[in-house]
Amino acid sequence: MGAKRTPQHPELADTPALVNHLLHQVDQLLTTQKIDQPLVIGIHTGGVWLAKVLAEHLQAPLGQLDIAFYRDDFSKHGLHPQVSPSSLPFNINDQHILLVDDVLMSGRTVRAAMNELFDFGRPASIKLVTLCSVNQRELPIQADACALTLDLKPGQYLQLEGPDTLKLSIIEHVNHE
Amino acid sequence: MSNLANLQLTQSGELRHFLTPEGLDRLMLERILDTADSFVVVGNQEVKKVPLLRGRTVVNLFFENSTRTRSTFELAAKRLSADVLTLDIKTSATSKGESLLDTLQNLRAMHSDMFVVRHSDSGAAHFIAEQVTPDVAIINAGDGRHAHPTQAMLDMLTIRRHKGRFEPLSVAIVGDIAHSRVARDQIHALKTLGCDDIRLVGPNTLMPQGIQSMGVSTHNNMDTGIAGADVIIMLRLQTERMASAFLPSAGEYFRLYGLTVQRLAQAKPDAIVMHPGPINRGIEIESAVADGPQSMILNQVGYGIALRMAVMSMAMSGQMQQRQSQANQPSSLIGEQK
Repeated sequence: MGAKRTPQHPELADTPALVNHLLHQVDQLLTTQKIDQPLVIGIHTGGVWLAKVLAEHLQAPLGQLDIAFYRDDFSKHGLHPQVSPSSLPFNINDQHILLVDDVLMSGRTVRAAMNELFDFGRPASIKLVTLCSVNQRELPIQADACALTLDLKPGQYLQLEGPDTLKLSIIEHVNHE
Repeated sequence: MSNLANLQLTQSGELRHFLTPEGLDRLMLERILDTADSFVVVGNQEVKKVPLLRGRTVVNLFFENSTRTRSTFELAAKRLSADVLTLDIKTSATSKGESLLDTLQNLRAMHSDMFVVRHSDSGAAHFIAEQVTPDVAIINAGDGRHAHPTQAMLDMLTIRRHKGRFEPLSVAIVGDIAHSRVARDQIHALKTLGCDDIRLVGPNTLMPQGIQSMGVSTHNNMDTGIAGADVIIMLRLQTERMASAFLPSAGEYFRLYGLTVQRLAQAKPDAIVMHPGPINRGIEIESAVADGPQSMILNQVGYGIALRMAVMSMAMSGQMQQRQSQANQPSSLIGEQK
């Protein structure tokens, strides 16, 4: 199996513009929801890069989650070989949380992340912030702020490169027989 | 060496049993430590539990008493959300072989997924992994004088978390090397992780013959043995050794090899002191050192749970993948599984 870059969706080409659009959406979300001191928590790895940008924009505290211990496919795929520690350098009880991931597809990662968050405490609310949503949901989970929604062909998936310059692109699995 | 690696790893190189660090490469030992680092965080959560092994059955098989090791394994399994059964099975010398086999086959028939094995006979865990229940993940919780790999690896975790890289470190292991089940595993792990200066310190009567061939230096003098060391690992002195004439007396041992504040000053000023516990205060270590700022003894307890969670989840993961790949093979190729 290898990966091949496919002709890019026109809006993906300018990732910084997508990120700016997302930051604007988050500002609006916080205003309408009357949330003034959110905590920003990114999901490892792409979500953490994006969360860092958001936390700087909002001047908000930043945490990170690695959901490896909460995945629902342990029986199928085993333990992910590279687990990095979750780090929430604050108390999440009664706090408003912006949960950040780069791409929302099946919704399983977000399900696992929410399970993990509740093992740290009971937040007042969780809002889901994601750069891009792909129409392949397997669970009833939707983003509260999302810069772009896409349809992908089977075998295609989205990849965020980082951490210094964020670049979102469509990648395709190729079988090398 | 390769036999030990083959027994412990799946065909794709994942951990499926954890019997000894011997035969495992540096990458695997570092993966164990990395995974354990992540589990240290779980101990600080409000809910100190992850759902990784939910629905799996872990059986702690303790053929020999060990309250501390047993309780940390039990806690580790519970923090992974496994169902845990702890059996204290005292072996009688005559029926040992038979009862071991019968017990294991019975437990396997109950669909156990993992056995944590503590046994007074060297090689018991290997025997079970190789001959009895290869499809159940086996974790060695100490066998005879042979191995105690989770203790050795929790010591490595302690060293790495407090000292960083292993290459520049001088590590002194002090005490009853000959009767220690952990010293050999510590040496294997330290060598594999890149530590060059490993010193064994103790009287000749407690030093195994030919141990230098493992690439370590031996010292009968405590002061020169720990001079400039970054890490001092004290081994527990088993007081029954005194009766066996290996040692003159506890007082004499403390005078020559006890770790005192004064003696600790020979090591580097930021040296850390470790001990697997339970400690014999005033025999191998002075209270002022055991309770002092350089002591890692209580940190080791917490790291021990995280390390055990790491090897349990990794071995369970490898074992499940092995079962799946065997299930996917044409049945004629599998043969009869024991």
